[in-house]
Amino acid sequence: MTTPIIETRNLHKWYSGVHALKGVSLKVEPGQALGLVGDNGAGKSTLINILSGLHQQDEGEILLEGQPVNIRNPKDAMRLGIETIYQYNSMVPLMTISRNVFIGREPLKWSIGGFGILDERKMREDSVKAIADVDLHLRSPDALVGELSGGQRQGVAIARAMHFKSKVMILDEPTNHLSVKETAKVIGFVQGLKAQGVTAIFISHNMHHVFACCDRIVAMALGQIVLDKPVSETSIEEVSEML
Amino acid sequence: MRRLFKLSLQKPELASALLLLLLVIVFQVRSDNVFLSTNNIRGILGILPETALVAVGVTLLMICGEFDLSVGSVFALMPMTMAVLVVGGWPFWLAVLAGLGLCALIGFLNGWITIRFDIPSFITTLGMLFMARSLTVVISGGFPPRIKPGEVPSWLFVGFVDEGGLVRASVLWFAGIAILISLLLSRTNFGNWVRATGGFPPAASAMGIATGKVKIACFMICSVLAGFAGMIQSLRLNSFLPSIGEGMELQAVASAVIGGTSLFGGVGSVLGGVIGATLIRVIDNGMVLSQIDANWFKFAIGALTIFAVVGNAWLRRKGRAMKVETDK
Repeated sequence: MTTPIIETRNLHKWYSGVHALKGVSLKVEPGQALGLVGDNGAGKSTLINILSGLHQQDEGEILLEGQPVNIRNPKDAMRLGIETIYQYNSMVPLMTISRNVFIGREPLKWSIGGFGILDERKMREDSVKAIADVDLHLRSPDALVGELSGGQRQGVAIARAMHFKSKVMILDEPTNHLSVKETAKVIGFVQGLKAQGVTAIFISHNMHHVFACCDRIVAMALGQIVLDKPVSETSIEEVSEML
Repeated sequence: MRRLFKLSLQKPELASALLLLLLVIVFQVRSDNVFLSTNNIRGILGILPETALVAVGVTLLMICGEFDLSVGSVFALMPMTMAVLVVGGWPFWLAVLAGLGLCALIGFLNGWITIRFDIPSFITTLGMLFMARSLTVVISGGFPPRIKPGEVPSWLFVGFVDEGGLVRASVLWFAGIAILISLLLSRTNFGNWVRATGGFPPAASAMGIATGKVKIACFMICSVLAGFAGMIQSLRLNSFLPSIGEGMELQAVASAVIGGTSLFGGVGSVLGGVIGATLIRVIDNGMVLSQIDANWFKFAIGALTIFAVVGNAWLRRKGRAMKVETDK
């Protein structure tokens, strides 16, 4: 058996009186596309926020490729190769594509103590390449993200995660508020991750989206995992039943 | 050509720059060519660097999504601190450093309190407006300190740099600082963080930017610039009064807004803030020269602020609606 790329052991999380996670243990194999489903308040967002560094668990541990890790903030998560794509796609609408791709991780021509002059040419060239790599074709890296469609924005967010060589990509409701066509595009991106050897955790409450691109389904309810099966051995009906 | 037109329509500074040009022409004609005379330009260039420096700081902070109402009080507190220390026997440069240090501390407190307790900076800095003003009067002891001309090297900040006596050193200080802040905003990673923090905070923090620290840094820069500007004004007038800079905070906000900076953060430019500050000075001065009742000054600034925001939004919409490919 291979070492799981990411593993949680007995994660607990309380939010002022609410026991949001009740001992979640989960192993994700490398290259797997895992679909995480559950109703609102089931604990899937809490789990994801812990993995991406926005929150910290109160109890339990996280292992990355077999090594225990301490994820204190989003920077830690990114450094470990965990990239998260949120439904609001963590982009600044009023900034250009190339600036957005490198937010917080700007290439610098020279720097003192972490501050320095941006290497704007590299930002432009690399973002064009990163976007082309996910089969997205945009006219210019200087266009504002706010001018892109929802699906294109998710595409850029995925391109950003790929560019920084993520090992695990967490997609938190990336298909919310998208048109049918755009949703198909995002699902296409997720299917493409497998070919590139990237592990994906895809969160959605739309079963059809999850079943379309994942090879394993994990369902959560009331802070616990209530179902964990390969896609081939379950059905939308069975999963819906559990929630 | 049309592409250039479209791109420039979307530049927020454009409307105010055009208006500035128009007003200069109008005032020049109305004042029988006095407006652009050497004497008058000298007058404008005397005050402009002081108000514009404050506007630059406030613009930076507003792009970062925060607000500073305490700049007018800090504008008075810094020179007062410095003067009191100089009179008390401190060397000039040490007193300047202490004054600027105090400004940095006030900026830090503004930012830290705002972020730590998650309250609007409008409130934090409104409180600081009163506190810093009060502190200014307290440390002056009710009697403005007197520094004899020549006792401090004020020529370094306000001496004329050209033969004709038109441009003061303060203009150069201002230009240097404005260019520096502008480059900081557009060319550095810090500038990228400022825009991201002001533009969409959840995205910025999800991407690992320490948004709190970025904001505190902007608060500090804003305060230090305000204090430095106050020092220049005090040295120029060679008097250290606890009352200078009153009402300046709102003029600085007006400058930023007139220059296209958004109250919601993420949008704006240093150049816009400078143009806005210049517009206000030009109107102030031009109205007097055109023999318009000076009591209309505040009315004009108010109307301009509203007009500029509406106009900018309109131009940007027009620009976006133009169906021209902006890419190669």
